[in-house]
Amino acid sequence: MNTTVTAGTAGVSERQTATAPQPAREDTAVREGVTVGMPFADDPKFRLRNVEVFYGVDRAIKNISLDIARNEVIAFIGPSGCGKSTFLRCLNRMNDSIDICRVKGSLQLDDLDLYDPKRDVVELRARVGMVFQKPNPFPKSIYDNVAYGPRIHGLANRKSDLDDIVENSLRKAGLWNEVKDRLDAVATGMSGGQQQRLCIARAIAVSPEVVLMDEPCSALDPIATARVEELIAELSESYTIVIVTHSMQQAARVSHRTAYFHLGHLVEVNQTDKVFTAPEHSLTESYITGRFG
Amino acid sequence: MSDQTPQAELIRQSLKKRYRKEKRFRLYGMLAIAVALGSLLILFTDIISKGYTGFIKTTITLEVPLDGELMYLQDPGDSEQLAMADFQAPILAALQQHFPEASSRQDQRELNRLVGSYAANQVRDLLKTQPALLGSTKTLEFLVHDTVSVYVKHADNPAYSIRLSEQQRRWVDQLVAEGAIQTSFNDVLFSRGASREPSNAGILGAIVGSLLTMVVTLVIAFPVGVAAAVYLEEFAPQNRLTDFIEVNINNLAAVPSIIFGLLGLAVFIGLFGMPRSVPVVGGLVLALMTLPTIIISSRAAIKSVPPSIREAAEGIGASRMQVVLHHLVPLAMPGMMTGSIIGMAQALGETAPLLLIGMVAFIVEVPDGFFSSATVLPVQIYLWASSAEQGFIELASAGIMILLAFMITMNALAIWLRKRLERRW
Repeated sequence: MNTTVTAGTAGVSERQTATAPQPAREDTAVREGVTVGMPFADDPKFRLRNVEVFYGVDRAIKNISLDIARNEVIAFIGPSGCGKSTFLRCLNRMNDSIDICRVKGSLQLDDLDLYDPKRDVVELRARVGMVFQKPNPFPKSIYDNVAYGPRIHGLANRKSDLDDIVENSLRKAGLWNEVKDRLDAVATGMSGGQQQRLCIARAIAVSPEVVLMDEPCSALDPIATARVEELIAELSESYTIVIVTHSMQQAARVSHRTAYFHLGHLVEVNQTDKVFTAPEHSLTESYITGRFG
Repeated sequence: MSDQTPQAELIRQSLKKRYRKEKRFRLYGMLAIAVALGSLLILFTDIISKGYTGFIKTTITLEVPLDGELMYLQDPGDSEQLAMADFQAPILAALQQHFPEASSRQDQRELNRLVGSYAANQVRDLLKTQPALLGSTKTLEFLVHDTVSVYVKHADNPAYSIRLSEQQRRWVDQLVAEGAIQTSFNDVLFSRGASREPSNAGILGAIVGSLLTMVVTLVIAFPVGVAAAVYLEEFAPQNRLTDFIEVNINNLAAVPSIIFGLLGLAVFIGLFGMPRSVPVVGGLVLALMTLPTIIISSRAAIKSVPPSIREAAEGIGASRMQVVLHHLVPLAMPGMMTGSIIGMAQALGETAPLLLIGMVAFIVEVPDGFFSSATVLPVQIYLWASSAEQGFIELASAGIMILLAFMITMNALAIWLRKRLERRW
């Protein structure tokens, strides 16, 4: 017993000594509305300016401005509770179902104002698909899962058209060969990795322009994760992808640009290799070197 | 190292204590189940031992001389003669063939009391439909009087023979020995409505009345209840008004059912002028009573659908309506149906509110529609249980068994439906 306690104390003190001599840099403090790096792009897919999100009186997102370019993969990283998921969910208005949530600022997808009071979210979500943290297939057949979106949006008039959409989506999600013989099987009976790829197939079945992914691999094993990451690389050719991730390795592997969030601020946005090799902001550096998070 | 042994020892001791505790806990559980099962067993033994005779009818087979002179009847086609004729006389004559010594007025009266009071009507109806039988001798089967019936069915129990004279008992014993009096399955119980004579009374009227009432209840309570639950859970804004509604729904579930009866009396019969004693009003009242149960269980079922399913559907661009109709309601359906069937079973056994809207009336005819006078199973049981005749007591127990059979069927149906719906996922 005694040995364990001593070891623990040693560990703590080690940590403290490691952090103590860090020289306090000028840019340790986050200035609201200021993002270092290159947050803007020419002719962006998403043009987000001065975005603020409130949960009741809490300000969860503090004056963030960001452009998301066409066909890029952008990763949102940051410690828990930094607002990256909240920000992601603004992009297809998934926050709408939370009564106390309010969004301010200008959010535009091409020329479309996302939070226009007259905007129908149904149309928006057909253009901006979403994949969630936990695989959440409907408890229906594999076929019905993929066909659900096209059906409710009226994308296929004939059964054969629908069959084509289902096959194409499953092919793009790299799932076709695994499930082509059992399209009528219940989707919830598949493995976690297969379920998540099915959810991706379901999202791309309505041919969205953007796919939002909220920690899509956090519930998957390493092999399934590798498979999904491969898939993200393939999908980036035809879709704009925004991915929230807890794994910095994953952000480094799949994304073109990386955005670092901290306590509701967008601290730094840069080319992914630059963020991980030469971060401009001290907070980013602390995070990627594992000093907190 | 030195203090490791005591700790292991301590753990071992605490483990022992824990096992003892667990054992005791299991014992309590088993005791509770034993008490519940024991009570159920006592209840069933009592009801079945009292009620099984309700499913047996006692009949007497007689060679009836359909003699015109005996009945003062020349022409069975003449309705006036038919009304005046004495149809008891040939039955008495047939009985006297068995007991030639019984000739005094007193003896004749006692003989007449052996057969049920509807036996004469049976002879009349036969002659009315087949006038050609007049003058012939026909073998007919009559229901015996209920005092004879209970005596025959409980031959070993003197408590059931007090309504018969010594002479009658001797006659009945002889008739049983000769094979004229026989017992068989009581088809009368399942084919007739109420009657003031136990041996002629059936429960069909009450069964049909219950079914009609339940149909009305289901058709109103299920859609309204599910719609209310879906609206409150999915569409209603969270404000004072919805809080108020929620509190009141929970309150309504606890309101004594007789209050709903008063409400039905005041609103449906008083205000809307609907007829009394009819299944429509009974069904409406029971629907009001069942609604809170259905709403509460449906809301719980909707709440239990994982939010990830809702997010998945919304993320694909399903509208609120589509999320509800395509995903939430189908997934919540088994829970909603369980709640509804529990509510319906409760309504099926409900008596108090129906007494107030007149469904306690003595109704002989089997109801033929939602607007014809009817009674229901529990009310029929109540009426029989409060009657004096020994024959009605066994009928009341038989009625309870039939009611229980209905409830078991409903619950089995609920389980089957739930299993079937769940298999789709």
